[in-house]
Amino acid sequence: MRLPEKYRTITNLSGPLMVVNRIEEVSYDELAEITLANGEHRRGRVLEIDKDRALVQVYEGSSGIDVDSTEVRFLGDVLRLPVAKSMLGRIFNGRGAPIDGGADIIPETTLDVNGNPMNPYSRDFPSEFIQTGISTIDGMNPLVRGQKLPIFSGSGMPHNKMAAQIARQATVISGHSDFAVVFAAMGITFEEASFFMEDFRKTGAIERTVMYVNLADDPAIERISTPRLALTAAEYLAFEKDMHVLVILTDLTNYCEALREISAARKEVPGRRGYPGYLYTDLATMYERAGRLRGRKGSITQIPILTMPEDDKTHPIPDLTGYITEGQIMLARGLHRRGIYPPVDVMPSLSRLKDKGIGKGKTREDHADLMNQLFAAYSRGKEAKELAVILGEGALSDEDKAFAKFSDEFENRYVRQGEYENRSIEDTLQLGWELLTITPVRELKRIRDEYIEKYLRPLMAAKEDLERQSEN
Amino acid sequence: MTTPNAVTGYIEKISGPLVIAGGMAGACMFDVVKVGKAGLVGEIIELKDDKASVQVYEETSGLAPNEPVISTGEPLSVELAPGLIEEFYDGIQRPLESIEEKADSPYILRGISVPAVSRTHKWKFEPCVSAGDEVGPGDFIGSVKETVLVDHKIMVPHGVSGKIKEIKSGEFTVEETVATVEDAAGNEHELKLLQRWPVRRPRPVIKRLPPEVPLTTGQRVVDTFFPIARGGTACVPGPFGSGKTVIQHQLAKWADAEIVVYIGCGERGNEMTDVLLEFPELEDPRSGQPLMKRTLLIANTSNMPVAAREASIYTGITIAEYFRDMGYSVALMADSTSRWAEALREMSGRLEEMPGEEGYPAYLGTRLASFYERAGRAVCFGKDKREGAVSVIGAVSPPGGDLSEPVTQNTLRVTKVFWGLDAQLAYQRHFPAINWLNSYSLYAQKLGEYWDTSYDGEWSVFRTEAMSLLEDEDKLKEIVRLVGVDALSKEERMVLETSKSIREDFLHQNSFHEIDTYASMDKQFKMLRNILTFHSLGMQALARGAALRTVIDLPIREKISRMRYTEEKDLENLDELEDEIKAVFGKLLATGGEHDEVA
Repeated sequence: MRLPEKYRTITNLSGPLMVVNRIEEVSYDELAEITLANGEHRRGRVLEIDKDRALVQVYEGSSGIDVDSTEVRFLGDVLRLPVAKSMLGRIFNGRGAPIDGGADIIPETTLDVNGNPMNPYSRDFPSEFIQTGISTIDGMNPLVRGQKLPIFSGSGMPHNKMAAQIARQATVISGHSDFAVVFAAMGITFEEASFFMEDFRKTGAIERTVMYVNLADDPAIERISTPRLALTAAEYLAFEKDMHVLVILTDLTNYCEALREISAARKEVPGRRGYPGYLYTDLATMYERAGRLRGRKGSITQIPILTMPEDDKTHPIPDLTGYITEGQIMLARGLHRRGIYPPVDVMPSLSRLKDKGIGKGKTREDHADLMNQLFAAYSRGKEAKELAVILGEGALSDEDKAFAKFSDEFENRYVRQGEYENRSIEDTLQLGWELLTITPVRELKRIRDEYIEKYLRPLMAAKEDLERQSEN
Repeated sequence: MTTPNAVTGYIEKISGPLVIAGGMAGACMFDVVKVGKAGLVGEIIELKDDKASVQVYEETSGLAPNEPVISTGEPLSVELAPGLIEEFYDGIQRPLESIEEKADSPYILRGISVPAVSRTHKWKFEPCVSAGDEVGPGDFIGSVKETVLVDHKIMVPHGVSGKIKEIKSGEFTVEETVATVEDAAGNEHELKLLQRWPVRRPRPVIKRLPPEVPLTTGQRVVDTFFPIARGGTACVPGPFGSGKTVIQHQLAKWADAEIVVYIGCGERGNEMTDVLLEFPELEDPRSGQPLMKRTLLIANTSNMPVAAREASIYTGITIAEYFRDMGYSVALMADSTSRWAEALREMSGRLEEMPGEEGYPAYLGTRLASFYERAGRAVCFGKDKREGAVSVIGAVSPPGGDLSEPVTQNTLRVTKVFWGLDAQLAYQRHFPAINWLNSYSLYAQKLGEYWDTSYDGEWSVFRTEAMSLLEDEDKLKEIVRLVGVDALSKEERMVLETSKSIREDFLHQNSFHEIDTYASMDKQFKMLRNILTFHSLGMQALARGAALRTVIDLPIREKISRMRYTEEKDLENLDELEDEIKAVFGKLLATGGEHDEVA
């Protein structure tokens, strides 16, 4: 091994980037240690090498670095994260250093934070249903172990409450097993971060949680490494320690802003809205780290949260995310304004892996048909209501009136639930059938006859009985 | 491998997947190079003086300046031999199963080199020529039964012709000589089961033919409304969540092609795993064999190196062309070409080329066109003048679902079928979410004529009628939105009812339902016929004064809505249903004017 040489050949400082000259034997992506005149240490990463010039991105930002006295040492390795099971219950910053007042962890091993791409051949298909206790997710957009399902939200909406509720309630129906939460905060405010910490402490979830926190006033550049540290920790817990890990990443919008900042500093050709052309690939290297592997017990389930600028889902961040993740949970401002929590807009929400996680032996045989029917009925009800706005209630046919009523009830009873209300999947399914009694049976084309007989007829009979009794 | 024009240079600059190497004078464009001490695979994409720009197909972290860059003197090629089918490759034809074995890790590590087809497996070769026969390029010399569904023909490679001097029979590995050919000049050529072909060069054919025969897919909206021909090209653009991948999977499952090449280009890892786990379980409706026995997968998921993503579609189409040359009908699915274009854009940006629209390189259009042009029906090389076809179906992922973006626009210019996916339909869970108003197929007329011969000329009539009903529905709905449904006559409301029936009972197809997932042409024809029979008889009844309610409340409509669940073996039930419909209306018309509307 060569001895790390110290360079004092910095030129060109711009934004988080600096150029180091006359370097020898430095490799691409290598980690650098920067020592400032006052003795402060910072870390950086080689972004580009051209002969004897290296372009280095400084993780903690470049303020205070000068060209004369600052020293750079290249460490001969990529950024690695020390990992151990004792990370559970701890809080770290975006560089991986503890900020909860505790001592450094004693590492069992160190891992490259960039990870390696999972071999698609080695993947195991996610198929275990996770019960979150939230009807709009469990009933309509079921989450499975190993899935990446983002929450598309907007500023001012209760996505954090919802994420905390999922972290609190998520269980797998088929038996208990080792469960952990890895939480990465990127550029969120102190208030938001402490909400999560408090919530995790209060419910005791902190014991099985690892937190990586980069606050809004921490260096923006650290936001690039924060989620990667979290995912590296998650991979370790999931595939070395056989745990089922739920990774919550918030807020991806801040991450992408930081990426754009670096790209602009490098004077790269911008893609849409100034974001770099490789934003898709970059996001994919994080999202694709979710999954299951054949022959390993653990799994990584990701719930990234992003706030859509101006609630615009065609903005590059939600757009590219949607192309990579396996669905999305979309929050709607309209529902939020009407005081419905969680304000999940089920129409544009989607879980791509639902079909593998539901049905007989997993949730219940009628789940898929019921789900499709609820979607169709809700959609028809909303259409009818739109029509009623223009032409008045009277213009609706009896069927349309029934569907309009269904859609109101659906929002009020099915979508709306308490922040601490944990509905079992049976309750959610039952509620769905109850709501379908409002609509005419002939219109329920998405459900097999046998299920209508088995689940709907008894409810309808009971309802008719009730009506008859009240008439008498 | 000994290579005459091997050149060794050194690394000068590293920027992501792009490496600039000096001292490369003598290397050729698109030569494959080994980069650095790790021997990472790369390809020269630009030459300037003695400097070569190399796109590296593996993660470049850890490379340092002055490490060696060795040109192999050969362009990026694929290996063509028995063993391709049922295989699961990455973008540069490395089998992912062998990578896992060799890396002993579920992750793809760098610098792993594994042969594309097994070097040790012995294949049973049955010759079909004998010593003394004259052979030329493309002629069969024998075959290997690769899977129950695929007879892998061994062809004389391009550039070789002459007399068979010796031909063997028995079991061979892909590298053993099975035949010797002596050409006119007296040189001997050893023929093996294995051939190589550069991916960026289309395999030649004798003559290209216009596509005329349908490629059926079992998907009603595709086969009936917007059909694709064997050797045709189609594109499926749509925003995320609109079901592009499900459609691609459905086509890969049910298309009546003999070979299916499925390319997952920059998409999700779990989707590829899904195909890999599901296809061996699914049964081909025609042969009864597992679908995997005719399928080959290429996966370069979004987190795998971006340069290999660029190569993956060429790897796929070259293999498809090879099977076409054997006389097979091959279907190739590329999901998604937008990710391929993005890889192109990323490399272009790193090369500091002048960007065109939205940062894409100016040559995006020509690259796309030359890819889609490799599809087609053709007379292949070989004495028997056999025909083969490659059909290409490319998914496009336009940002924000905006079809005006460059990848979609350039694709639309060269593809003949457009299945436009609609987010609104997807939200209503109407799948496949192909919009029936703006999609088109330029093969529709030709293929309509083809089907008319099987269905007494009724096929085109029904299709046109159904399309125009949907067209009318769109206009009528506009009126309803403005002035309400009461403004419509009962005939017009009947049109609305029938269009709804076409949409919900015919076009909507549940790909996760064991029966509904596939509909034969017979079933499609009968379903549509029944819906339209009901419509025309309904209209007659209305004209004779029947009330609208009487017609649309007929209980037989429930049977129409459940036609989709009719099994393929019970298709006569659909004929009985038609008779039943006629009988119901016969009764209704007999009672006549009693049902006049009392307004």
